[in-house]
Amino acid sequence: MTETQSLDYDVLVVGAGGAGLRAAIEAAAAGVRVGLVCKSLLGKAHTVMAEGGVAAALAHVDDRDSWRVHFADTMRGGQYVNHPRMAELHAQEAPERVRELETWGALFDRTKDGRILQRNFGGHRYPRLAHVGDRTGLEMIRTLQDHGIHQGIEVHMEVTVVDLLKDGDRIAGCVAYDRDRGRLRVFRAGAVVLATGGIGRAFRITSNSWEYTGDGQSLAYHAGADLLDMEFVQFHPTGMVWPPSVRGILVTEGVRGEGGVLRNSDGKRFMFADIPDNYRGQTADNEEEGWRYCQGDKDARRPPELLTRDHVARCIMREVKAGRGSPHGGVFLDIAWIKARVPNGADHIRRKLPSMYHQFKELAGIDITAVPMEVGPTTHYVMGGIRVDPDTQMSTVAGLFAAGECAAGLHGANRLGGNSLSDLIVFGKRAGEHAARFARENPAPPVDGAQVAAAQQRVLAPFERSVQGENAYAVQHALQDTMQDLVGIVRNEDEMAEALRQIDALKVRADNVGVGGHREYNPGWHTAIDLRNLLTVSEAVTRAALLRRESRGGHFRDDFPDKDKHWGGVNLAIRKGEDGGMVVEERPVVAMTEAQQAIIAEMA
Amino acid sequence: MAQATFQIFRGDSKGGALQTYTTDVGEGMVALDCVHQIQAESAPDLAVRWNCKAGKCGSCSAEVNGRPRLLCMTRMADLPEGEPVRIEPMHTFPLLRDLVTDVSWNYGVKKKIAKFAPRKPDAADGSWRMQQEDIDRVQEFRKCIECYLCQDVCHVLRDHAKHDEFAGPRFFVYTAALEMHPIDTGDRIDAVKDEQNIGYCNITKCCTTVCPEGITITDNAIIPLKERVADKHYDPLLWLARKLGIGDGETGAGA
Ligand SMILES: Cc1cc2nc3c(=O)[nH]c(=O)nc-3n(C[C@H](O)[C@H](O)[C@H](O)COP(=O)(O)OP(=O)(O)OC[C@H]3O[C@@H](n4cnc5c(N)ncnc54)[C@H](O)[C@@H]3O)c2cc1C
Ligand code: SF4
Ligand code: SF4
Ligand code: FES
Repeated sequence: MTETQSLDYDVLVVGAGGAGLRAAIEAAAAGVRVGLVCKSLLGKAHTVMAEGGVAAALAHVDDRDSWRVHFADTMRGGQYVNHPRMAELHAQEAPERVRELETWGALFDRTKDGRILQRNFGGHRYPRLAHVGDRTGLEMIRTLQDHGIHQGIEVHMEVTVVDLLKDGDRIAGCVAYDRDRGRLRVFRAGAVVLATGGIGRAFRITSNSWEYTGDGQSLAYHAGADLLDMEFVQFHPTGMVWPPSVRGILVTEGVRGEGGVLRNSDGKRFMFADIPDNYRGQTADNEEEGWRYCQGDKDARRPPELLTRDHVARCIMREVKAGRGSPHGGVFLDIAWIKARVPNGADHIRRKLPSMYHQFKELAGIDITAVPMEVGPTTHYVMGGIRVDPDTQMSTVAGLFAAGECAAGLHGANRLGGNSLSDLIVFGKRAGEHAARFARENPAPPVDGAQVAAAQQRVLAPFERSVQGENAYAVQHALQDTMQDLVGIVRNEDEMAEALRQIDALKVRADNVGVGGHREYNPGWHTAIDLRNLLTVSEAVTRAALLRRESRGGHFRDDFPDKDKHWGGVNLAIRKGEDGGMVVEERPVVAMTEAQQAIIAEMA
Repeated sequence: MAQATFQIFRGDSKGGALQTYTTDVGEGMVALDCVHQIQAESAPDLAVRWNCKAGKCGSCSAEVNGRPRLLCMTRMADLPEGEPVRIEPMHTFPLLRDLVTDVSWNYGVKKKIAKFAPRKPDAADGSWRMQQEDIDRVQEFRKCIECYLCQDVCHVLRDHAKHDEFAGPRFFVYTAALEMHPIDTGDRIDAVKDEQNIGYCNITKCCTTVCPEGITITDNAIIPLKERVADKHYDPLLWLARKLGIGDGETGAGA
């Protein structure tokens, strides 16, 4: 086709969130030619929405903190199926990566002595989250963006990658289309870094935007790479529940870090009633102690509202099911009560949580300094993703790298808040560095025209069926209902088997999707193209969740409600089989070194 | 559930017109929800940008009943009942399709502004000490979500199309954030005068009015920058004295 544009890079980064930008900056610093593509405009990626903060053991607020405590917290939060080497590198390197952001112009909130301030967050033993009010992600993405535009990176905005190209076993580039004209583009590259984020749009209720259709995971899978831990999806305990049109939008955990408490319709703080044994020693057993913790009292233990997300989400579900929920099917999250404890309470809340104040005021007509919010669980994050080498971030396909939310390993069965933003900069940097090295040692191979033609044919097929075909939005909504209702927070064998049947039927419908109109900025067409990715990741989540017959972290089954020794020793890897079907395999969890075990024992 | 009527601009750079749609409006819905519903029901190829649906990304900028706004933060309940809702793309940027405009000009303007240049670190670990009150103002500017609604409303761009000469309010905010950053050593004041042509701004404050982040663009960014330009260019003695560190030193602007 004459309108196809071809471009040539050493390293092509797919995704311009925190991970992709950091990777591109590092690769460019290594002196290779770097291209960066993203589905949206620069600066609009999901990272912009992150609120609460970035976790790094800077020890500015509590000098007992260190990378070793952060490592232990991350492993405990992940229920010990994390890759220990990734958790170790992450804890060790996060402080330097955060400080580096200030050398590029970021401005975090300050301590009294002028250093970066840190706040409490669920599962972190000490105040560890560097933050800017509740708009930390904006600060991070803008800093990386504004630094990155001066590094000689070529940015292609509103360009969507639809297939990876290979040369034998290694990566050769990718095929993409641009939104504004609908032209296909072929990128030839020595190394490709996927930094495409998550899969939340596979569910009906989610904090994630339209971009989160699992593209990176699906692209990697179809190119022959392994996925890992896909059953572990994080349902954040506090999303908005009302009004209906904003259902799922996130209410930051920072609200609870600042002293916000969860109550049921009886006015009871129900979290005190269910503290898991492995957290009992670290958790306050009375309201007074919990409040002192939020005020920075080093001798106090954290309130149970700050237990890990999986646990809090299930406790909320239980209250709602037991008929003790709020009017619109959630529970109450109350920050207004702290006015009784802090002078100028309303101002204090507005200053600490400005965008939450704004969000509720504008979208729900509620003043959070006066009345409690209504909240309930929302699909938020995927711990699983592309299986990567912990040091280089290379996937099981040579030259294909992955970083950020689309990669797996760091978080195990459950991610701690704040550990994603730090993940992005620690492993984004590593991916960029190693991708540049790989590309230098292995220059880009030629592009195979047959692969390009196949991708093009698949992508343009919906136009041939035109409006006589299936409606892309209808198929997407049906899939979201399936995943939400059958593979959500509480799972079981029968429902997931049913989900697989429905996914099979939806695949057939997706193959018949048709779109009308033209190729210029046509959202119906884009939705049609995304369907393959959504279906691939939905099937991966469901198959892995069906196989893991236990409950752990984000994965909860009411037919196997407990943890199980066997499953605690395995991760589930997923790859495309010889016959094109999906294969799920058990892999032993990577063993901790003696030194790592010693840290865990010491912190227990 | 009430029905509402919408007049939505459909078209591209070659031309277009308002088209009428109706859809059900449920409790709490925002304009973006209605556009999406229309997309799913009757206009699958209706082009609109969005990401966060929570006023955090600045993607969904458009004009509702003639006023520049984020579609995701425009509650239907706040619009006049029973009247059709008119939704059009931003007028200041070239149209791509329907509600989507080509905002790439903004990215080009930013790239030309001299980047952050920090002084030597204060501490051995490569970090700086800064007091919260010294960064409050810059943090206000850094709340900007780059929605470009201020650019859309500013008459210098909208009516006089001075895109080649005038940087626009967004980039005065950006430049002010760099200039007032406590550890930045750059000097962008000549550029503010001669390349960004801040002189074209006659302080109408329209930009401040539309900013969804509530940034006091005119009072806190533009006027202090204008003062710095004036100080530097029209009072050589004062300027020299400041350079040499004599006299009253820094004034007003960054405080
Ligand atoms: C509301 C909210 C609040 C959060 N708060 C926090 C917090 O306080 N702390 C924390 O640590 N984490 C938080 N998270 C999680 C964290 O923000 C995300 O996990 C993280 O930002 C993901 O970053 P990323 O770089 O991996 O991907 P993203 O920032 O999502 O970027 C993905 C990029 O990939 C591009 N892309 C995707 N598919 C394609 C394709 N096919 N072709 C081309 N480009 C593509 C997109 O356009 C985008 O540029 C929050 C998440 C949400 C939703
Ligand atoms: S105050 Fe200046 S920059 Fe703002 S809209 Fe008016 S003329 Fe434009
Ligand atoms: S200054 Fe305000 S109106 Fe202008 S781009 Fe930034 S957020 Fe938008
Ligand atoms: S969609 Fe992000 S600001 Fe409206």
